[in-house]
Amino acid sequence: MNRRKLREAAAGYLFLLPTLLVIGTFLLAPIVYALFLSFHKVQLLGGISYRFIDFDNYVRMGADDRVWIALYNTFEYAIIVVPLQTALAILLAAVLNSKLRGRNAFRILYFLPTVTSSAVLTLIFMWIFKTDGLLNDLLGVFGIQPFNWLGDPKVALKGIMLMNVWSTAPYFMVIYLAALQDIPDSLYEAAEIDGARTLRKFWSITLPLLKPVTFFVVTMGIIGTFQLFDQAYIFSNGSGGPNNSTLTVVLLIYQYAFKNLDMGYAAALAVMLAAVIMLVTVIQRRIFGEEKLN
Amino acid sequence: MWDKKGVRVSLRTVQYAILIAYAVITFIPFLWGLSASFKTLGEISSGEPNFIPKTFTLDNYKQIFVDEPLFPRWFGNSTLVAVIVMGLNLLFNSMAGYALARFNFPGNKLMFFGILAVLMIPGQLTLIPSYLILNDFGWLNSYQGLIVPGAVNATFIFMMRQFFLSFPKDLEEASEIDGLSRFGTFFRIALPLAGPALAAQAVFIFMGAWNDFLRPLVIMSEKAMFTLPLGLNTFKGQYFSFWNLIMAASMVFTLPALILFIFFNRFFVKGITFTGGK
Repeated sequence: MNRRKLREAAAGYLFLLPTLLVIGTFLLAPIVYALFLSFHKVQLLGGISYRFIDFDNYVRMGADDRVWIALYNTFEYAIIVVPLQTALAILLAAVLNSKLRGRNAFRILYFLPTVTSSAVLTLIFMWIFKTDGLLNDLLGVFGIQPFNWLGDPKVALKGIMLMNVWSTAPYFMVIYLAALQDIPDSLYEAAEIDGARTLRKFWSITLPLLKPVTFFVVTMGIIGTFQLFDQAYIFSNGSGGPNNSTLTVVLLIYQYAFKNLDMGYAAALAVMLAAVIMLVTVIQRRIFGEEKLN
Repeated sequence: MWDKKGVRVSLRTVQYAILIAYAVITFIPFLWGLSASFKTLGEISSGEPNFIPKTFTLDNYKQIFVDEPLFPRWFGNSTLVAVIVMGLNLLFNSMAGYALARFNFPGNKLMFFGILAVLMIPGQLTLIPSYLILNDFGWLNSYQGLIVPGAVNATFIFMMRQFFLSFPKDLEEASEIDGLSRFGTFFRIALPLAGPALAAQAVFIFMGAWNDFLRPLVIMSEKAMFTLPLGLNTFKGQYFSFWNLIMAASMVFTLPALILFIFFNRFFVKGITFTGGK
């Protein structure tokens, strides 16, 4: 019996070995290392050297204009994109959930942007956003003056917002669709007997029952928008321009770490970002996720 | 909704109108990119909003494959990395999930909660230290530098554990009585039965690796080592205003993921709803 237990334990560790090695080396060790870096001035010239500087990296953020600009951009982006993509996701899911012919084809079609790489999407949209491009042509039909989407600091971030609402909504639509299928038909039938119409049913039955999913979608949306990088990088050639208008927090971290080689400060910024994201995740799990884990 | 005569306009019409309108919104950017990839530079530069090319040409595709030796190389790099990452994930995530679901050993619960905790760590936190660790290993600008750190995925370990838990033990017990080892039982009995869960994982992991931008950007420094997303980005710098070439390259890049998705879309959806906690 004991021998058997020993062999079972050995098999367990052996099965987990690759996972433990990879997670240990490229996840756990880096977390500790990131915290360590954030308290040091890091020199990369000919080998790496560290100088302990206490909380200086964290203090420095407060006086760093670019940090505030990146935070402002990221918050503006989240506040506009999250509600729009959530609303669009609910709308599409609700329509797709009604038993319409061909809805599967629509669902697959809607999904295209979600499976396309961010690099390709950004390039297609840059091509559409050109001053003499398709979007301005379309706006011209409605008598709207052309925008300089790529070059005008006032609208550059709006262009990325537009693109990301379009590309992320279908992802959350799928989550809503799964949730909608769990709502029993009997609830709607009861409402119909009471004479409720479609919109009324949507407001007083569907939306309230979707509350936990909406909470999940909103927190996931917030986390996703905080992590915006690819689109801003490709859009601005890595600069965050024009005039810092597409500078996001992750782009700023990238620039400090890999352009200025100021790894300690960049690590401190990453620790702050991770703390915010994990706080949002913990709140979300507390309220919504617990019962799903076991 | 009511029309002038007070007759109820069919709800169905409204629903179809929304579906079709959004299908058009989804499809137009792709169609516009696709049409640009078949146009001549002259036609591109005229800025006219015609979707059907006036002079249909395949030169753009020929040019990126023949005159741009790095493009096929990037395609190869992306394929190599995505396929190996996918294979390793399928194997390692299933093994880990199976061990957590089936084997009794000290630390099992602890490791399970460890993996749940790891799920919450945003990748940005580990980006800089991982870079320094890879530098230490001499793995920067190498395939293994991109492959090994992505060889397991906590979300799918969790998924595989849930899958194996939900699935009756009898077969495995019978196979052990028949003298199969634990490895034999896993590879011959458990893994083949995990087909749908593996398919969802495969599609998800492949797409993630295929489309990844930030990690290759940090790890790969030499142009010949770039994956397609990075290659596309340098294309943009190199051929600025040659949108016909950029769009042709974008279309080639999109095709493999698209084909995979069309065939396996229900598994992809399963992956999403799983990460959505369903």
